[in-house]
Amino acid sequence: MAENISLAVIGGGPAGMAAAISAYDSGIKDVTIFERDTELGGILNQCIHNGFGLHTFKEELTGPEYAGRFIAQVKERGIRYETGSMVLSISPDKEITVVSKAKGLRTVKAEAVILAMGCRERPRGALNIPGMRPQGIYTAGTAQKLVNCEGFLPGKEVVILGSGDIGLIMARRMTLEGAHVKAVAELMPYSGGLKRNIVQCLDDFGIPLLLSHTVTDIKGKRKLEGVTISEVDSTSTPIPGTEQYYECDTLLLSCGLIPENELSLTAGIKINGMTNGPEADDRLQTSTEGIFACGNVLHVHDLVDFVSEEAARAGRNAARYITEKGRKNNAPEIIRIIPGNGVRYTVPCTVDTANADEDIHIRFRVRNVYKGCAIKVGNESTELISKKKRITVPSEMEDIVIKPELLRSAGGDITVSIEEGQV
Amino acid sequence: MKYDAVIIGAGVVGCAAARELSRYDLDILVIDRESDVCEGTSKANSAIIHAGFDAAPGTLKAKLNVQGNAMMDKLSEELDIPFRRSGAMVVCREESELAKLEELLERGKANGVEGLKILDRNEALELEPNLSDEVYAALYAPTSGIVCPFEMTLAFAENAHKNGAEFMLSAAVTGISRDENGIFTVGTTKGAVTAKCVINCAGVFSDKIHDMVCEPSFTIAPRRGEYMLLDRNAGKTVNCTIFQLPTKMGKGILVSPTVHGNLLLGPTADDTENREDTATTRGGLGNVRAKSALSVKNIPYGQVITSFAGLRAAGNTGDFIIREDDKVKGFIDAAGIESPGLTSAPAIALYIRDIVAGILPLKEKPDFDPIRKGIPKLASMPAEERAELIRKRPEYGQIVCRCEQISEGEILDSIERPLGAATLDGVKRRVRAGMGRCQAGFCSPKVIDMLAKKQGITYGEVKKNG
Amino acid sequence: MTRNMICIGCPMGCELTVEVEDGKAVSVTGNTCGVGKKYAETEVSAPTRMVTTTIMSDSGKPVPVKTGTAVPKDRIFDVVKAVKSASVKLPVKIGDIAVSDAAGTGVDVIVTKDTE
Repeated sequence: MAENISLAVIGGGPAGMAAAISAYDSGIKDVTIFERDTELGGILNQCIHNGFGLHTFKEELTGPEYAGRFIAQVKERGIRYETGSMVLSISPDKEITVVSKAKGLRTVKAEAVILAMGCRERPRGALNIPGMRPQGIYTAGTAQKLVNCEGFLPGKEVVILGSGDIGLIMARRMTLEGAHVKAVAELMPYSGGLKRNIVQCLDDFGIPLLLSHTVTDIKGKRKLEGVTISEVDSTSTPIPGTEQYYECDTLLLSCGLIPENELSLTAGIKINGMTNGPEADDRLQTSTEGIFACGNVLHVHDLVDFVSEEAARAGRNAARYITEKGRKNNAPEIIRIIPGNGVRYTVPCTVDTANADEDIHIRFRVRNVYKGCAIKVGNESTELISKKKRITVPSEMEDIVIKPELLRSAGGDITVSIEEGQV
Repeated sequence: MKYDAVIIGAGVVGCAAARELSRYDLDILVIDRESDVCEGTSKANSAIIHAGFDAAPGTLKAKLNVQGNAMMDKLSEELDIPFRRSGAMVVCREESELAKLEELLERGKANGVEGLKILDRNEALELEPNLSDEVYAALYAPTSGIVCPFEMTLAFAENAHKNGAEFMLSAAVTGISRDENGIFTVGTTKGAVTAKCVINCAGVFSDKIHDMVCEPSFTIAPRRGEYMLLDRNAGKTVNCTIFQLPTKMGKGILVSPTVHGNLLLGPTADDTENREDTATTRGGLGNVRAKSALSVKNIPYGQVITSFAGLRAAGNTGDFIIREDDKVKGFIDAAGIESPGLTSAPAIALYIRDIVAGILPLKEKPDFDPIRKGIPKLASMPAEERAELIRKRPEYGQIVCRCEQISEGEILDSIERPLGAATLDGVKRRVRAGMGRCQAGFCSPKVIDMLAKKQGITYGEVKKNG
Repeated sequence: MTRNMICIGCPMGCELTVEVEDGKAVSVTGNTCGVGKKYAETEVSAPTRMVTTTIMSDSGKPVPVKTGTAVPKDRIFDVVKAVKSASVKLPVKIGDIAVSDAAGTGVDVIVTKDTE
């Protein structure tokens, strides 16, 4: 005796809220957001720094403020949300098993599902950093939660590995709270975070950024005593003789984010090996019909504004799926979007050109830092788009908007690639 | 305090011995320098219940391995220990090595191991499709199994405790003496206790403990082993434990499913002077990776979630050293317990009991309760049973560790029960909160909060381990 | 004098080239929009920053706050200190003033999250 609802949104962070709001506004009122935390807002609740919302609200907001705008919209519409509710599995026919303290263990059957579970941080183990395993090693996001939501500063002498944005933000945050951040080491020869964060989180406080460096040893049996940082060569291999020992009680890791798709696997959804997110079509539908994905569970974004935009599209498309009961107006004509030279992946992976009627966003990340290049979209016979870029960097998501008519004119699969030497 | 038997070391051997002796009318104390049980060799090993074909016939290792293996079915039922007879294979890569497999087969038969057989490549592939392309043949051992070493140790400890054994944790032994009446005084950092009988289960420190009161008669040379643990999504890469041909340094790098569905690779074998040196190394982890690929293909190394190292308490005699000291009567060593120590632990406990019987009168307690019930594992329960438990205790419905789907109720259980968790690692080893793919990134703030509230301490005082 | 800097006005991070004379920007290039020009001008004369931190509440949990406008860069730590020596009583709403005229900067520190 499962409950029946029209749309289940898994996750009440920025993606889930924007998706639910957009589906609601597209006519699907029977929506439930399932949120595992005690409140809506997701990871934004701990991102107390500013820098959110320039695209969406034309002003610069902090994370909680940005989330607050969406929470208000959810509440205004009376969209149902269940906090403290953890979805344990989703079957391919969209039966959701959910557990909570309030309602126990139950199943909910939905006509459509939007996945918006976000991502997790890559832990120390996945980085294979050798050494001891003492207290004092945290992912940057865990430290952020402890500092900003619990009021607990985990340490005083800090080294940060990885220059992802959360790591940079936490370098400043720990400094403001009275800690001494000794260095940020980055394995790659370029930063993993936004340039503005290097300026306002590191340079402002005189915190050195060590590019092409990594942690090669961790000392301390019970509590962290220090770490060894070594320079690495072009194959990311530590160079003997470059070891530097840093005494510290805290090591923060900001070494990448991984979309959380364990639930997607239970629904039989095909995962893209490059994004670690579902393979999605132009409607952000996964390989399981009626299950859509958006936000960081689909691919890791750099800005929440892009998450909100993408989630709104997922919401519209899920609403449309429910309204049209999955019917397509025209016989589908599927083309593939192929990541070419310098491009790690694209979202979407496929486009149904016969039924696409909205502008298509092709989002992707580049493999390397390219200066003076062009983004090329097309195939052997046709060049659809050539967009010159002064610089592209792996830490920033690229977004190419393309008219469906233009895509149709390509007459087949298209490739997105970076052409260098375009000054 | 006066005790009949003091056991030094709350690893699997010490705890199994405590549980076995708690059947009798004895005052028992288990002492450990750490704040929790299972903090040494018992927490970082291959988690295998070995079949018993490896040790030379006639050795204690051979005898106690096979005996311990046979005890596991009943023990896992009585003590609620996750255990599965998943089988094992020793693979060889060349025809010329076939003789070595046959040698193992014969040795196994001599040791009393049942069901051993040699499989050719095709037969082996039927059971294990991911065997590497170079595998030529395999020795198959159906009685081999996998176990949760934390829960095994905890289960012994909890059941011993239930039956009256006391535990003194965070107490390092500082000295041992024996008076003219044969009564031992064991000095610890928490004060001295007396005992009629002392049982040394101190793992890598067992020679140091021995030498506190006895003439030196053996030495322990810690041998470090590094491991990699992979995500549960990789757990089905193999169905049974895949060994390589053993060398004198050990059983080589194995590839094994774990009882919780992960994939375990390792261990390396490096002699070390430092008895605290559980650091992983770049070279060691590289070695685990390279060697594991020799026996199994398609290992998704990108799904490593953690790596760790443990120390084997390798003795200089080549065999387990389990005996009452020649001169210091009443002092029993259970030393040199390297592999297959985990498997042998239940049998070692019986062996120790028999020695104790020559020192103290053993009178069975009529109220001994052999049953220990573990913390409910909601994630692996049938839905109806799970729903019912949540109705009874709603905290079982609040998921704290999302990766392993561990609820607030289970974590509370782990902290509240006797010999409960006092640290983050203690919670992790009892209920697996933080053991999954995010490695406690999401759940640790909540678990820190729960530990702080329960113990009435600040966040800063909550410890990861120790 | 020429100064190179990265605009922190938005996530694009434009690389600016600023000609400075007598502590003032006389020309700014490399910016995409007006924000960059203004940033460069302020940065060479009297740099300012938004400050975000938390203030303790009577529940024992912190509440996130920010400065209403940017404050002089060399006053960041003074502002944080002023916030840390104050506290708020719950409930608070987004926009509530948590600390007025923080550290004499003339800038109020305001709550950024509805908290009960």
